[in-house]
Amino acid sequence: MQKLPQVALVAVAIGCGLLAGASTAQSNNQSGDATIKEIEKYRQALGDGNPAELWEARGEDLWKKKRGPKNASLEQCDIGVGVGKVKGAYAVLPKYFEDTDKVEDLESRLVTCMVMLQGFSYADAKKNPFGSPERKADMEALVAYVTAESRGMKMNVAGNHPKEKEAYEIGKKMFFHRGGPHDFGCVTCHGADNQRIRLQDLPNLTKKEPAQRAYTSWPAYRVSQGEVRSFQWRLFDCFRQQRFPELDFTSQGSVALTMYLAKNANGGVLSAPSIKR
Amino acid sequence: MADPMKIRANMMGDKVVVKVLMAHEMETGQRKDSAGKTIPAWFIQNVTATHNGKTVLSAQWGPAVSKNPFLEFRFSGGKAGEKVIVTWTDNKGDKRTDEATIA
Repeated sequence: MQKLPQVALVAVAIGCGLLAGASTAQSNNQSGDATIKEIEKYRQALGDGNPAELWEARGEDLWKKKRGPKNASLEQCDIGVGVGKVKGAYAVLPKYFEDTDKVEDLESRLVTCMVMLQGFSYADAKKNPFGSPERKADMEALVAYVTAESRGMKMNVAGNHPKEKEAYEIGKKMFFHRGGPHDFGCVTCHGADNQRIRLQDLPNLTKKEPAQRAYTSWPAYRVSQGEVRSFQWRLFDCFRQQRFPELDFTSQGSVALTMYLAKNANGGVLSAPSIKR
Repeated sequence: MADPMKIRANMMGDKVVVKVLMAHEMETGQRKDSAGKTIPAWFIQNVTATHNGKTVLSAQWGPAVSKNPFLEFRFSGGKAGEKVIVTWTDNKGDKRTDEATIA
């Protein structure tokens, strides 16, 4: 009779120990998950009033407005899914275009259309690509409009044309190439899990899922800058942060790197223009 | 002329939920430009929302409100198909009025 309670006590003690052990392990995991969930909630709350919508509206007006020396709108522009079609275009870019015999991303294609349809000079079409409070950029508004029209669609970059394959390979080389005063490359920050710059998580772009999530959330409204930023801006700023020579807007290299990152994001669902801190 | 607002108004139960996105610099007057000169304050001062000629929201804002502000509010007495009109006035006297149909 006296032994029984003792046995029971031991059993209880072991049970507690196991439970306690399990619960600390779990709480460590949970606090990490909980933080991510809370950040996700914050992002959703922000997304409700995403100012990118203001850029989308301005971009739609710009798309339809007759501008330039030829007084034409961009509505006759083929940005990847046929003349005058906007819906779904961002999901197939970058893409090879026969009329220019080049692989073009959204921004370079818009520059092409501004030159060919609206009669702007090449230099005029690609100047002021990134906006500031003093000077809004038409390019970012157009980009916001076009990408918003592909929201919810799956990335589907073909990449079968020889020139598309070539661009992909060049982009891949650029991604892994290290150089500059800090011996930096894209891969330095984006080639491993759990990397951060200050408090920002950096996606591991060599893995499918993070690569999809990262690419499909650009362009984005940056709260800290009060502007919608295009993918060309993202690459431009990454190059600046690596102390590389300035990445020329819509240059062959920038398009090739976009090709590499876009194709790796195939299957990911576009949520752009999104909102970021 | 200021850029248009983006207004959404939806019925939720017996209340109307209005979500307004405004395009405005909302300059505080505290910041300096690259030349070191103070950037003058420029912000929305008054926001009013009306429904059937009746004011359902009246707000006085200051420079602490963010750039491109987002405002959400609800009121009762509205029906689908009716209009909500939102107006803002900034400290330079610039004004913008937009409307939305309740869905």
